[in-house]
Amino acid sequence: MAADERLELGDLGMDEGGDLLVRRALRVMAPGATLEIVGVAPALEVHVRAFARSEGHAFEPSPAGLHVRRGAAVDARHVGAVRAGWPSPRDEGAVSEHPDPRWGLAARGALVEAGAPSYAFSLGRKDEVWADEAAGLYAQAAAAQWDPATAIPWATPFDNAPEVEDAIVQIMTYLIENETAALLVPARFLARVHPHFREVMQLLAIQAADEARHIEVFTRRALLRRTELGLSTAGGQSSLQTLIDEPDFALASFLLSVLGEGTFLSLLWFIHAHAPDPVTREVMRLAAQDEARHVAFGLAHLGRHLGRDPSLFDRLAAAVERRHDALRHTAGLNAEVWDALLVVAAGSLSPDAIRRGHLAVIGLVTEMDDRRRGRLVRLGFPRARAEALSSLHTRNFM
Amino acid sequence: MKTILMGAVAYDPKVVTIWEGFREHFAKGGLDFDFVLYSNYERQVAAHLDGHIHVAWNSPLAWIQTERAAPGRKRRAEAILMRDSDCDLTSVIVVRADSPIHGIADLRGKKIGVGASDSPQATLLPLWHIAKNGIDPYGDAEVVRHDLLVGKHGDHVGGERVACQALLAGHVDAACIIDGNHLAFGKDGTLPPGSTRILAQTGAYDHCNFTILDDAPKKRVARFKELLLAMTYEDPAVRALMDLEGLKAWKVGRTGGYADLAAAIDRFGTIEPFLAELAKA
Repeated sequence: MAADERLELGDLGMDEGGDLLVRRALRVMAPGATLEIVGVAPALEVHVRAFARSEGHAFEPSPAGLHVRRGAAVDARHVGAVRAGWPSPRDEGAVSEHPDPRWGLAARGALVEAGAPSYAFSLGRKDEVWADEAAGLYAQAAAAQWDPATAIPWATPFDNAPEVEDAIVQIMTYLIENETAALLVPARFLARVHPHFREVMQLLAIQAADEARHIEVFTRRALLRRTELGLSTAGGQSSLQTLIDEPDFALASFLLSVLGEGTFLSLLWFIHAHAPDPVTREVMRLAAQDEARHVAFGLAHLGRHLGRDPSLFDRLAAAVERRHDALRHTAGLNAEVWDALLVVAAGSLSPDAIRRGHLAVIGLVTEMDDRRRGRLVRLGFPRARAEALSSLHTRNFM
Repeated sequence: MKTILMGAVAYDPKVVTIWEGFREHFAKGGLDFDFVLYSNYERQVAAHLDGHIHVAWNSPLAWIQTERAAPGRKRRAEAILMRDSDCDLTSVIVVRADSPIHGIADLRGKKIGVGASDSPQATLLPLWHIAKNGIDPYGDAEVVRHDLLVGKHGDHVGGERVACQALLAGHVDAACIIDGNHLAFGKDGTLPPGSTRILAQTGAYDHCNFTILDDAPKKRVARFKELLLAMTYEDPAVRALMDLEGLKAWKVGRTGGYADLAAAIDRFGTIEPFLAELAKA
């Protein structure tokens, strides 16, 4: 009987890639159709027979040549397979509201075979994590990555007064522990986000990488002229622990990104403005640019979430109040950091300079509060409630 | 409905995964299925004849052992089902590409590498093919066994792989393997393409089957058959299990494909001691 299709393999063996060509030829044929395989590889007939048997095709040797009758198992593998959304988030229906846990680690847009195991990604609803801005923010972040070794003029000569250098070391010590919290919080949630929300996953990953870099440059700046770091206080750590312990993604990113990192933006630009040396200035500038993206993502996904679930307003407010109550009996910002900011702003220990420094730090705290209120209003909190909540924010800034 | 109890040989840890998974499939179909694992086929055949299990997932050699021992217990064995991939296998005898061996007659005085001593595909059938073509493998040549996991009847691929490695290393002059493994070893690099030449190919034969004895519970066996035949590769719940077990569909059993193996074991006296022991029990 004449075959429906014919495949010439020449001297290519089934054990050196010929099976790929046979598989491709059979795939586009109808079940029951016959493929004639022609070739001169010595083991061709033995191998075609074994191949057909293992793949669910019928091997039909005939005087005319090697015939394989196509079975149905080739198509069976795709029964029940589903498309896991579409790669570009801009396409209609690309990002599912509730991605199937069995889509697991599959690329968004992949054809996912049925029968895959179910993954327990607890952040699996679009409302909880998604922001349309995530892709753009990730692209910005990827383009703005800087190399700590070359982006900062470490070798530029400078000579700070000893008290100013001590203050810088204390500030860096404080910043390091705060940035450690800012690394661990997104990192913890990163592993819980359904990978279908690819842009969010990427953004949280690069956010953690940003913080890793900040920790590195703050440490390096602290040790540029000194051999020891400053003080880490119990009150500071208590404040940060309330961030680390917050299990809810929306609440944690509200406390960390909107309130904490938002407040830190003012702080970093303040240190930048008063930096006694070019190294500190550049470290602050680069870190502040990164932090601005973290704040932008927090505002974007919480804004979207609040738009779909207004009950979140009360939960966010309650989280601020709860944190305030938990920290009521702690010291808040340690005196060493406050004093260090004052000395850096003053530039010296002369009474006039100290007065200027004091006014500058008071101005910083006022600006932090203004900006926090602005962000809360942007999220949709009424002005009075925004003021009240801003005033309850931790005195530790982060 | 009461339990139907199946025996299988644990030649690989995946055996547990396969039958645990199948148990769920049977449960969905209302059949209470359970299984017992044996470390070797001889133990399974004896247990089957002693009535410990209702169905045995048997190697072709275990099938013949059961079929031949059953009349002694006033029973008759039946092969009820097999995999699509159990039908029409062949084995090949391969030599190194540059070997001076060009026909079976050239194997005289040579070393023939085989798999486990009880492997139908890597030992018994190819040696029978050689014998049929005029060379007594044990008298005219030297049989070099690669006895990995005796009692598993060659289910474990290890013996064939070692035989091929021995061929390439020059320790043997020919190696006997199943056709599918010649392809698989070529693809995974054990036998680089072009390194070997196929000297001979056995006739087609069949492999495993589900064996019952005629006193097996009829309704349960009927449901067991029905549920296996209804198993489809399109069903993602069983597809992975079917991949593990190496089939695309179950087929009704047939026994015509065991004639060469029966002739081989008669020629080599493979199972007489075991049958004698069973008869004494």
